[in-house]
Amino acid sequence: MAVAERDLASQLAGLDALETDPERPPGRGRRLWSAGWPKLAAVALALGAWQAVVWSGWKPEYALPGPDRVFPELGRLLGDGRFWKSVGITMQRALTGYAVAVVVGSILGLAVARVPLLRRAVGSMITGLQTMPSIAWFPLAILLFQLSESAILFVVVLGAAPSVANGLIAGVDHVPPLLLRAGHMVGARGLTLYRHVVLPASLPTYVAGLKQGWAFAWRSLMAGELLVIIATKPSIGAGLQNARELADSPGLIAYMIVVLFIGIVVDTVFGRVDTSIRRRWGLLERAV
Amino acid sequence: MTLAQPRPPATAVTPTLALRAVSKVFGQGRDRVVALDGVDLDVAPGEFVCVVGASGCGKSTALNLLAGLDRPSAGQVEVTGRPALMFQEAALFPWLTVRDNVALPLRLAGASRTERARRADELLERVHLAGQGSRRPHELSGGMRQRVALARSLAQDVDVLLMDEPFGALDAMTRDLLHDELERLWTASGLTVVFVTHNVREAARLGDRIVLLTSRPGRVAEEFPVDIPRPRRIDSTEVSGLAATVTDRLRAEVSRHGGR
Repeated sequence: MAVAERDLASQLAGLDALETDPERPPGRGRRLWSAGWPKLAAVALALGAWQAVVWSGWKPEYALPGPDRVFPELGRLLGDGRFWKSVGITMQRALTGYAVAVVVGSILGLAVARVPLLRRAVGSMITGLQTMPSIAWFPLAILLFQLSESAILFVVVLGAAPSVANGLIAGVDHVPPLLLRAGHMVGARGLTLYRHVVLPASLPTYVAGLKQGWAFAWRSLMAGELLVIIATKPSIGAGLQNARELADSPGLIAYMIVVLFIGIVVDTVFGRVDTSIRRRWGLLERAV
Repeated sequence: MTLAQPRPPATAVTPTLALRAVSKVFGQGRDRVVALDGVDLDVAPGEFVCVVGASGCGKSTALNLLAGLDRPSAGQVEVTGRPALMFQEAALFPWLTVRDNVALPLRLAGASRTERARRADELLERVHLAGQGSRRPHELSGGMRQRVALARSLAQDVDVLLMDEPFGALDAMTRDLLHDELERLWTASGLTVVFVTHNVREAARLGDRIVLLTSRPGRVAEEFPVDIPRPRRIDSTEVSGLAATVTDRLRAEVSRHGGR
């Protein structure tokens, strides 16, 4: 029997080794390069197209300056303390609003996913809220809170929370029933089932909701900063508005590039999180 | 039922599992499907019972009832001891490592961190997966995943293992080795096993007894004791012979549904 046991062990080990292949991730430099060059190429293309439009003389140069005038202006901004103060205030608003939206959206999403009555009552309303352009909220927000931080916060939260809630609801809804049964069999019931099976299983969809929520928060904030300008508080939006009023087109486009850049950086962070989840779950296609 | 059972020794034992005149009906009106109709089944402690039948015989329904995942429409389900259910897919949690998958039942039962890690590694060793604990489920082959699922079931200190075509999706070679593995674990542990399969040879290879269910509605058509000494081989003449007998009976049963 001992011999049979050892035979079985070695046969199983042999089969296991044949059926799994060791993973060999590419080197770090190679990864950076393969991820980086398409982005650099895209930036170069975009700059080329921009310059081409400027050269075509479609608009006078005081309205549409080329990269050669915008980038020095951007460089001047980056060396300016007031610019950094306004970026700081904008980011602080963005993060505060987004954090509140994540908390509100998560609680709302969980409640709607858990309570059927609540789902029937407000389930479709959440999606409705999501499709409502956040700038449409501003007149009401300004009436309610005057031109204040609260008005901006109000709209950012309203803009982002529905996406977060919807992400969580969709995640909970799409948990494979087999995993629920497996969770039930290992002894997870009620809240424990939520904690150990339902929530982890809905994580990828939840992260997608968080990412979308960020996009909505950022857009709402930019809209808000154009409308709600507080004299003592410089911000990216106020900078944009200022540049327009002074007909400072290089400065305006420089601010736009900053808005785009921040958006891309945050998107990259979410992309990283998403990829690392999918890698752990085995959802990344290996060979392309 | 007074069938010869090689295991356990023929002392009078109270059954670990019993279905008494159990019926299960799904749907209503025209969609009404009788999955099980008056099924009686006793399983003794330590017994290995294989349930075979064609599609629609309510095999999986019966297992769900025994696992407590569903309630019968009529009749009684008696289960002494703790059951664990295994599915055709391993149903491992992709966000946990192999070790944490095995340790989850222990965690839910309140075991300490060190205790959990120790027990999980011990269980992985029992299913010949020592050293694979830090890998992710998707990195393993189908056969390895089923062994992890087996270890996870064993982590619950179960008395009864309910298996729903657990090797159905595996290739023949892997399945053959897993038969050996399951037989070894069962012999060592004294678990009671109810193993549902549509593979008659598999049933003859593993079971102490084969229960044949009819289809639509599911009833017990016949029971076959398996008196072939262990360890068995799936390609032995005794196993093939018995499988042929059961298959003939199964075919006769299936042909009733042809409608001509």
